[in-house]
Amino acid sequence: MSRKLYVNTTINGEEIEFLCEPRQSLLEVLRDDLEMTGTKEGCNDGNCGACNVIMDGVLMNSCLVLAAEAQNRNISTIEGLATPQGLHPLQQKFLENASLQCGVCTPGFLMAAKSLLDHNPDPTEHEVRHWLAGNLCRCTGYDKIVRAVCDAADVVKETA
Amino acid sequence: MVIGDIERKLRLQNFEYSAPVTVKEAIDLLAGDNCGARILAGGTDLIVQLRQGHLSTDRVVDIKRLPDCNKLSYDPSEGLILGAAVPCHRIYGDETIVKTYPGLIDAAAIIGGIQIQGRATVGGNLCNSSPSADTIPILIAYRAECEIAGPTGTRKVPVEDFCTAPGKNILQKGEILLALHLPSVAKSSGAHYLRFIPRFEMDIAVVGAGAYVELDEEGRSFKKARIGLAAVAPTPLFAREAGDLLQGKEVSEASIDAAALAAQSIARPISDMRAPAEYRKHLVKVLTKRALWGAVRRARGEFVPNAVQENGR
Amino acid sequence: MSATSTSVNGNGKYKVIGTRPIRPDGVDKVTGRALYGIDMNLTGMLYGQILRSPHPHARIRGIDTSKAAALEGVRAVVTAKDLPPAGADEVISLVEGTFRLTHLRSNILAGDKVLYQGHSVAAVAATSLHIAEEALRLIEVDYEILPDVVDVVAAMQEDAPLLHDDLTTQEFGEDSGKKSNIASHIQFKLGDLEKGFAESDIIVEEEFNTASVHQGYIESHNATAEWKTDGQLTVWTSTQGAFGVQKQTAGILGIPVSKVKVVPMEIGGGFGGKIPVYLAPQAALLSKLTGRAVKIVMTRTDVFQSTGPTPASYVKVKLGADKTGKLLAAEANIAFAAGAFPGSPIGAGAVCVFSCYDIPNGLVNGYDVVLNKPRSAAYRAPGSTQVNFAVETLVDEIAEKLGMDPIEIRLLNAAEEGMRRVDGAVYPRIGCRETLEQARAHEHYQTPLTGPHRGRGIATGFWMNAGLKSTVTASVNEDGTVNLMEGSTDIGGSRASIAMQFAEVLGLPAEAINPMVGDTSSVGYTELTGGSRVTFATGWAAYEAANEVKRILITKAALYWEAKVEEVRFEDGDFIHASDPEKRLSFKELASHLVDLGGPVVGTGAVDPDSGVGGSFTTCLADVEVDPETGKVKILRFTMVQDAGTAIHPSYVEGQMQGGSAQGIGWALNEEYFYSEGRMKNASFLDYRMPTCLDLPMIETVIVEVPHPQHPFGVRGVGEASIVPPPAAIANAIYDAVGVRLRDLPMRPDRIFSACLEKQAATVAT
Repeated sequence: MSRKLYVNTTINGEEIEFLCEPRQSLLEVLRDDLEMTGTKEGCNDGNCGACNVIMDGVLMNSCLVLAAEAQNRNISTIEGLATPQGLHPLQQKFLENASLQCGVCTPGFLMAAKSLLDHNPDPTEHEVRHWLAGNLCRCTGYDKIVRAVCDAADVVKETA
Repeated sequence: MVIGDIERKLRLQNFEYSAPVTVKEAIDLLAGDNCGARILAGGTDLIVQLRQGHLSTDRVVDIKRLPDCNKLSYDPSEGLILGAAVPCHRIYGDETIVKTYPGLIDAAAIIGGIQIQGRATVGGNLCNSSPSADTIPILIAYRAECEIAGPTGTRKVPVEDFCTAPGKNILQKGEILLALHLPSVAKSSGAHYLRFIPRFEMDIAVVGAGAYVELDEEGRSFKKARIGLAAVAPTPLFAREAGDLLQGKEVSEASIDAAALAAQSIARPISDMRAPAEYRKHLVKVLTKRALWGAVRRARGEFVPNAVQENGR
Repeated sequence: MSATSTSVNGNGKYKVIGTRPIRPDGVDKVTGRALYGIDMNLTGMLYGQILRSPHPHARIRGIDTSKAAALEGVRAVVTAKDLPPAGADEVISLVEGTFRLTHLRSNILAGDKVLYQGHSVAAVAATSLHIAEEALRLIEVDYEILPDVVDVVAAMQEDAPLLHDDLTTQEFGEDSGKKSNIASHIQFKLGDLEKGFAESDIIVEEEFNTASVHQGYIESHNATAEWKTDGQLTVWTSTQGAFGVQKQTAGILGIPVSKVKVVPMEIGGGFGGKIPVYLAPQAALLSKLTGRAVKIVMTRTDVFQSTGPTPASYVKVKLGADKTGKLLAAEANIAFAAGAFPGSPIGAGAVCVFSCYDIPNGLVNGYDVVLNKPRSAAYRAPGSTQVNFAVETLVDEIAEKLGMDPIEIRLLNAAEEGMRRVDGAVYPRIGCRETLEQARAHEHYQTPLTGPHRGRGIATGFWMNAGLKSTVTASVNEDGTVNLMEGSTDIGGSRASIAMQFAEVLGLPAEAINPMVGDTSSVGYTELTGGSRVTFATGWAAYEAANEVKRILITKAALYWEAKVEEVRFEDGDFIHASDPEKRLSFKELASHLVDLGGPVVGTGAVDPDSGVGGSFTTCLADVEVDPETGKVKILRFTMVQDAGTAIHPSYVEGQMQGGSAQGIGWALNEEYFYSEGRMKNASFLDYRMPTCLDLPMIETVIVEVPHPQHPFGVRGVGEASIVPPPAAIANAIYDAVGVRLRDLPMRPDRIFSACLEKQAATVAT
């Protein structure tokens, strides 16, 4: 067995250290070792987006990132999206629009949508659909998800 | 009798992880081991293939900390240097590149979803050497060259000579693709890549076609043209004759149709879960035509939106 | 944004029903706190993995697990030998039907034969997932490869390779004694078929094929089991029915149900696919051997290759009509690919095939066929979509031949209250006609579609819905809120719809109800979340529980006022002293006095409404554009109309309609199990090609409310019928766009292109 690697990283603003095997993905370490199970595993091969995190400002599938690569990075997960003061407008709009049914894809969609609004505060419906095409939802037909993201964009713009 | 004929999914064996900061260090790591060390850039293919057992390794060498692999620079006379570890989002995030190499953007902005493009690299797409790779046809069309460093020095190889079989290429033990060099583009030139997929995003190309054209000043006839094809042979194809056919010809339905037929004639696709061979063969003609017309329109200064302009980023 | 959802509801009868409160479990689900089955983590837990067959059909001559067992970190390995033996005649009764225990057991761990690629052969528990995976590679299985069959028609032939040595065809419920892959043959008859066709002016007859498709839930199958030394087994899992998992697990392991507690975790989608157990028995066996909790999660590949696709089908339909478009005779031959073991929804397919129309003469033959694919599982309106594709295409062809509007011909023949279906059932009040009328009146249908290669299609669908057993227990808190314990796992917002029905009875705001999903030890027996039954039946149980709470609270109010019970009435959410209207207590006020009024107030509802409760109808409109050079279809506009009976939470009703539509669109265009040499080649989300949000437009919805005649609030199930008509509607739209009829699902671009080529060739030839 190869020796474990020491990794020092920042997750949701907090400095975190962990040991990992080189073969462990960031997703695996988040879920199994750091017990942050909000980030979901849907396919483990980069095709569903359920494991989306934002690393140094860039949206990624954490199943396709080795945990070792997290050294000195800044990672945002679903657990950091709300503040003690309240939900992020995206979360609020997902609730108001009934944008989730089973909810297992929701953390990934929220992180992807957060990344979209960070890049493009005023997206069109088509731009929302395009940005979210890497996230699969099997319950909703996407209608209410797209509406929620557009609604949230309006709120974010107003409060910006 | 079959014993232990086990097609295991998801088996990530253990390996060492190294993230060298100099090219020499990287080459030593790659050349030194007995078993196959693997290069990690974006990891969107490598990690999946290790997990599925299609590849095995005892060492993963992460090249993202090598400055040579992170270069992204454009000079009107030198062209574009595209480091092998530069993720797609950096390419289409660069306005000069979007304007100068729209065909490259066509390809870089359709690999997987946004979350794949945050990691995936054009260099990795090339080294993965899949026949269906989206960026290779347009690299061929742009006459891109590979800058390869190895234990015995560096060498340059045209992209069309890089892939040798599905998943195989000319890289020797210890060699690293450092960067891709795209020559500067001529005046009145244009390029376009498009692929056919059953869904509107996320699929692997059923067929892909990339074209680069240079027109005369009036935009009426071809000075030269290069065409690359994906997913129609064991490697991405350079449809040299199809492009050469256009040289000196008037831009017309007839000339472009003839080039598309020539491209189609060299395609030798297979039937698989993604499409039947006959249909693929048909698509080569359709897509080559469309790619050529897109390139022509761009060469004429018409606006043909690329994936970034069409979908926002 | 283009379209909006519209609802025809608003009968104004209710205060809570018809509103759109935020779901009680919402905050946990948008913050990542909600715990799904895949999120289980117990102290000292081991990780399990399953070795699966690479072959579609092979005899197992031997399994050597010694090398795997010797690997450092491996704690236990189990094979079929670790399961108790079962007699050939032992059966287990589940909601979906009666199954032979030998079949359930050998699906969990293969005995002497593997019957499909992905069939479970052995299971390993180790200290890490990676070690468990490495151990699988060390298990040596000696296979003798046998010829395989994965096509349903081929599997029915006399010379087809037989999967089971002891399987004989059940002919109309009687054992024929004939060895075959045809597990059963059922038949429905109505009227005089020959006379019906003889009287017909127009007869159409065609064959249709549909591929296996998967439910495609995003959360993989999982189970965590802990078998304690006192013999008590606990299973934490994502399931559509905890009691069903309890029954299956106990049956497979040969232990009493009382020894098995099943804790339903949050569930990441199911659509029918999370009714069977796939992992709990293996995890339990491994836990028993190791004394530790064992968690097993499937890879996505395993999910595709080892769990419930809906059956592939062969459907041949013949329809006869007179000159006015009135359907006079209908005949169907339907074969469903059950997978490796009998039990496809052939019965449902045979019921649904002509269920939308009043046709006096009919004959339906149905065949349940085993072949070398995973054992099929329910998928949203199981069996209905396959047969609907055939019938709704043919109805369109008759309309075209007679020059009729496609909605008019459907209205002319629409199923009505009192009509006898081919299976003999007589409809109560139903909303088939209403969905058609609403579709016709919709702005979508009234707006002409223009542009080249564009077309519009329509289709109508049906699902019968289920009733079945449900339990709800309500406890009143002193602050005027209510804890509601119910047994239906919440797969799409049903906590809200159950709580709202409870709140409606007592005039409470929805937010005052705190619904929870109980495990098998803490709530009364409740059947699965499926059959579109939860809001219907568990909502009915909540209604009963609320009425019991109301009755008890009336006695408490009487006690409080020292009045007679008859003197207290309940009105508008208040308890009122009949002879002294000054005396008035709100629910909240009365709750605050309960500590002094003789103790806790608990109400229970336990119901078992008849199944076959009238069913739900859907009509959908699809506009498409076809690229004639490539055959690729773009959905331009899509509208789904459904009879919901009464929409409790309209947002979640719309959500069901939109989700079912999207699945139907995926089934229509791209999704399929692609087989080559008996093996599924596209077992990943990448190549299985479910719709992404870029593949779909906004999905417009029209909720029709024809109240269910028996349900206290008129609820019908809405979960399933929306998946049924989209494939036919899209096929009809493609025909309208480019003039070709597609008779095989999925209608892949290459198939559409080929059909266009053939049509061109035919046109040139004539």
